[in-house]
Amino acid sequence: MIESDAFVQALQDIGVDFFTGVPDSILGGIIAELMERRIYVPAVREDEAVAMAAGAYMAGRVPAVLMQNSGLGTSLNTLISLNYIYQQPCILIVSWRGQGGKDAPEHLVMGEVMPQFLDTMKIPHRTLTEKTAVEDLKWLAETFMKQRVPVALVITKGVVKGLHP
Amino acid sequence: MQSRAMAMAAILELLTDQPVIICNGFPSREVQKIADRPTHFYMIGSMGSAAAIGLGVALSKPKKQVVIFDGDGNVLMGMGTLATVGALKPKNFIHVVFDNEVYGTTGNQPTISNVVQLEKVAKAAGYANVERVREREDLVYEFKDMLKKDGPSMLLVKVNEMVEDAGRVALDPPDITKRFMKAIQ
Repeated sequence: MIESDAFVQALQDIGVDFFTGVPDSILGGIIAELMERRIYVPAVREDEAVAMAAGAYMAGRVPAVLMQNSGLGTSLNTLISLNYIYQQPCILIVSWRGQGGKDAPEHLVMGEVMPQFLDTMKIPHRTLTEKTAVEDLKWLAETFMKQRVPVALVITKGVVKGLHP
Repeated sequence: MQSRAMAMAAILELLTDQPVIICNGFPSREVQKIADRPTHFYMIGSMGSAAAIGLGVALSKPKKQVVIFDGDGNVLMGMGTLATVGALKPKNFIHVVFDNEVYGTTGNQPTISNVVQLEKVAKAAGYANVERVREREDLVYEFKDMLKKDGPSMLLVKVNEMVEDAGRVALDPPDITKRFMKAIQ
């Protein structure tokens, strides 16, 4: 399991310097670490977070937005009609709720279709594993710089330490 | 009551190199026609996002005063952002809402801003200064005052439904991004 502080440090090391988002339990440890470092700007909806990230990008920052996968639905139009068409990249740290059909009912449909959903939205994505973490982060930074579009790193349960062990 | 284009022109005269985020629909087209500056970010989609984009700029560039040209339909769609702004309290955030009580770009269907007073929502959410104006003199006076004060501020300007004959935003979206980024460095 990756420690939350190591994960946040790795994001900062690839240049991410603006963090916003909406919480999820899988991301709880990461958000707690960001708050401890006083670098987290809380948003009230995922589409707001994505638009804030777009503003931060244009002001010279490298933004990351944290959200659970339901937030992809909420922010769909903003991701496409703002970030994508204006070429305003952002890093999406998306927790994979409903993966493998084991979660609360509200997460099951998105949990099943998320990879296809990201493909349809033309959002490059990769799922973080402890083994490939270094390459995953490198891929994230390179895709952000080269493609200038939102790029997603998917976090499955138990890969990054949460609030409760 | 004045038109939105007249109200926008009066405010643009008071601005120089401040970043201005303009909401989608006719407001972006009208501003492009009145005064096209590289410091303008014209939103064409993502309705409801103007204030959130402005907030991202304001938090990242605390020394620059950031101005948002918004509409009543846009504010209603992204009303949660009033709370985010009110909570974070960026001092360099001036939110101008041109309120014509209709969705003008899609055929003047009524919004609900005739009943919901958006500047009062902003005040309750924690904006430091809010004003509602109708006349041009009041608009100029209050906006000048907000330029001098610590924000976040909201100036709600009541305007009529008249629309300027203005074409679509001429620049391609990636060029708007690049031009704006360079201008506000």
